Amino acid sequence: MDQLQAYWPLYPELALVIGAMALLMLGVFRPEGEREAEVIGWLAIGVLGLAAWFVLQQPAGTQQLFGGAFVVDAFARFMKVLTFAAAAVALLLSFDYLRQAKALKFEYPVLALLATAGMGMMISANDLIALYVGLELQSLALYVMAAMRRDDVRSSEAGLKYFVLGALSSGMLLYGASLIYGFTGSTSFTSIAAAAAQPGAGQNIGLIVGLVFLLVGIAFKVSAVPFHMWTPDVYEGAPTPVTAFFASAPKVAAMALFMRVALASFAGIKPQWQQVVTALAIASMALGAFAAIGQSNIKRLLAYSAIGNIGYALIGLAAGSPEGVRGVIIYLVIYIAMTLGAFACVLAMRRSDGMVEEIDSLSGLAQNNLGMATVLAILLFSLAGIPPLAGFFAKFYVFAAAVKEGMWALAIIGVLASVVGAYYYVRIVKIMFFDEPRERFASIQPKAGLVMGVMGLYILLYVVWPAPLVEAAGTAAKSLF
Amino acid sequence: MTLAPAFFYLFAFVTVAAGFMVIAAKNPVHAVLFLILAFFNAAGLFVLLGAEFLAMILVVVYVGAVAVLFLFVVMMLDVDFAELRAGFMKNAPLGAFIGLILLAELVLVVGFQMVRPGALAAPSAPIPAPGSGITNAEAIGRVLYTKYVYYFQGAGLILLVAMIGAIVLTLRHKEGVKRQSIAAQVARGKKTAIDVVQVAPGAAIVPPARASQ
Repeated sequence: MDQLQAYWPLYPELALVIGAMALLMLGVFRPEGEREAEVIGWLAIGVLGLAAWFVLQQPAGTQQLFGGAFVVDAFARFMKVLTFAAAAVALLLSFDYLRQAKALKFEYPVLALLATAGMGMMISANDLIALYVGLELQSLALYVMAAMRRDDVRSSEAGLKYFVLGALSSGMLLYGASLIYGFTGSTSFTSIAAAAAQPGAGQNIGLIVGLVFLLVGIAFKVSAVPFHMWTPDVYEGAPTPVTAFFASAPKVAAMALFMRVALASFAGIKPQWQQVVTALAIASMALGAFAAIGQSNIKRLLAYSAIGNIGYALIGLAAGSPEGVRGVIIYLVIYIAMTLGAFACVLAMRRSDGMVEEIDSLSGLAQNNLGMATVLAILLFSLAGIPPLAGFFAKFYVFAAAVKEGMWALAIIGVLASVVGAYYYVRIVKIMFFDEPRERFASIQPKAGLVMGVMGLYILLYVVWPAPLVEAAGTAAKSLF
Repeated sequence: MTLAPAFFYLFAFVTVAAGFMVIAAKNPVHAVLFLILAFFNAAGLFVLLGAEFLAMILVVVYVGAVAVLFLFVVMMLDVDFAELRAGFMKNAPLGAFIGLILLAELVLVVGFQMVRPGALAAPSAPIPAPGSGITNAEAIGRVLYTKYVYYFQGAGLILLVAMIGAIVLTLRHKEGVKRQSIAAQVARGKKTAIDVVQVAPGAAIVPPARASQ
């Protein structure tokens, strides 16, 4: 019993992994069918809820396990709850779509659970090996999920592209990790932080080359420019609910990893990684803003939007202060709400002959379905950063943190990029409200409608009561410093 | 004690010779078989170094899995090796260049060891001294299941995901495929397996219709 209590900090991940294996057995030994797959999907959502409950039950303060390889602090707890919630909503969105596509299999929720367990391991990783194991567990499950519709050429292509580029990024990450291990003598973030805090660490070429390679590997996972090439193709090719999953939970986990690596282990050579993060942020914001203008497919547009949004989130990290991290955390929460809401709308773009993904098919939506058009308009205005919607505050916190650290140029570039970005978001609103109506969409399924409504309301009403999120994010951010 | 150097030279010579034959053999199947020979001799070299765990892993993983996979691929795919070989001279300078880089790296690594013998002397989990009664498989087991159990289990989960993924992406349930049913086979008795048929002279044998399994 004492042994079990000692592993208390690991319970959320244990719940996910054991739940995944139990559901796998249930799926294998029960007659196969779509009803069973959906039951397993609901059970998977229950397992995610249980894991989130375990996280919330953990005592305040920092706990470590396995000689410091696994750390649970306020930051990890916050990010885990956010990741698990995002994964649960993305799963909820997937049932109806996959059933219609005849691709609803019980392995899908099982893989989603295992991927989420990997994300939990990434968020709590305090060691280079733990980082890699968590990242690989997450990525491998995501590759399979991207290729889930194996009879669909685009889905297979998406899975293969994601796999090849993911393997490349893993290679770079490992190369960086091996250099860091070689030049600091340890894989533990605590020892690396001690080595990086020594005078002269900023001139240690091996350490810095290793750091850059490590950051490149993580930048692949958060799809920051110039390591974003896979994102539009994978987002477009993968089944839409899988894309919704990709755009939400893994991004949170990878950003959490990014922040912990930069702030917990390389705080001593902050100027070195600040340059890299600043460059990534500027490039991502610029590309996200300009490349999205020419897109006609809404999933590709949301992919570029994701790239741009990661750029804004990275501004907070580039600031490198507790305010900056708080800004990133708030940004991620609001971004996840906007993205999941937007993907619920994409999933509702369905006619009798199947899914449509062209932006033009939204034309005149306000006259056919005012509710959906209003929600999508709220989400798009929020993504564009128009007050008083939540998206404005998200950007405000990261820009304010950058200004406070004296990074005026970065904040100004961010504001300019969001002005450019506003063009394509608002253009969709114009298409929905002022263009000629097209053929109606089929009626919205209750699950997608629920997600749409909840996310739309949250984005709209965030301004009324922002204190709980800001306070929780502030507590989480402090535990990293 | 003089036996060990003799075995070293035997294993080393066969490894190098087999390695050469891998690229020189005309028949690709022979090349893979020479590769297996090279692996076995490299495993022998590891045993001489006192790294019997590594030797076992080399045989189990490289010979048992990788080389057999190579053999399957070579036999199943119709690769025209004569055509592949035609480009050999064209790519030879590049190959020689990469070989030179590898050689230079090896010299640097070995030279570094000789110049500063203490440079690599700080492993986080030291190997027990020979004669302490602990084999190196045991030494690895001691840290693998205690200090590194988290990574070990994590790696196990990755393999589970790989297995699920391979099944999800390739398994197809076809209709009308006959599968072995051991229970049905065991349950066959005299009644279900034997038919006594009266055959009229000059007539054909007509077996009675039976419910197919």
